[in-house]
Amino acid sequence: MSVVEVIFLLLSLVAVGSALLVVTTRNMVHAALWLVVTLGSIAGCFLVLAAEFVAWVQILIYVGAVVVLLLFALMLTKAPTGVQSDLNVRQVLPAAVVGALVAALLGTTVVAGFSGVRIDLDNAVVGSAELTGATIFQKWVLPFEVLSVLLLAALVGAIVLSRRGDR
Amino acid sequence: MPLWWPLLLASLLFAIGVYGVLVRRNAVLVLMGVELMLNAVNINMVAFDAHFRDVLHSGQTFALFIIVIAAAEVGLALAIVLMVFRTHGHIDVDRLRALADRDDDPAVEPVEAFEPVEESDSSVEVRP
Repeated sequence: MSVVEVIFLLLSLVAVGSALLVVTTRNMVHAALWLVVTLGSIAGCFLVLAAEFVAWVQILIYVGAVVVLLLFALMLTKAPTGVQSDLNVRQVLPAAVVGALVAALLGTTVVAGFSGVRIDLDNAVVGSAELTGATIFQKWVLPFEVLSVLLLAALVGAIVLSRRGDR
Repeated sequence: MPLWWPLLLASLLFAIGVYGVLVRRNAVLVLMGVELMLNAVNINMVAFDAHFRDVLHSGQTFALFIIVIAAAEVGLALAIVLMVFRTHGHIDVDRLRALADRDDDPAVEPVEAFEPVEESDSSVEVRP
């Protein structure tokens, strides 16, 4: 087992453990902070998998922007910062069963389907900013522009929704 | 590295996200479950990109696109959550059942609750 594989396993363990804490903790602010740990370790997994630019974008947008937005929403909705007992629905068991079934189904599918396949990370093409930029602006220009229109629509929608008063 | 390691990690994170969406009552915590699911898909994309190494780099490019779409989704969803908080005073998705088709259920909030509250009752501003 190489060093890269050990690093990936450790990052995976951190990601899964902190994700479990995100969905089980009884403190809402702690859930947002555990989400930071999860997203950060996923960014580490991206780095191991030779997706350098995606990893930095993950840290910039998810850890930097999305979690801050979630914390803002928790503050603006006056979420209590202490431990709460009523964060979960009453029927926890069916939800746990569904989650376990999803994990078992997807897990057995991918393990059975790709058990003999290996990623050759030594010769992998590192997705640097230069390569990603060239790829996007040479081959994915139309989806990129459509995405910019989508962002504009989301921006306008968010402003219209959160405007108060004269409507 | 075996290809199924990142795929299994993605499956586990997706299942945890599904559990979070199903089990949480607070709308913001439901959104965190959605974020976990989107990230699980991103791990799949990046892993297959590292495996196939196609010229178009579609895996990493689509991972970037998914991140952008997730950011837009979170922005809109938080605007909606703040709107619901302003009109209802809570963001408990279990109690937001005015659109449900069971009008004799006592747990359903009365329809008047959908009327926006007056400005003086706004809950967002900071009180001394």
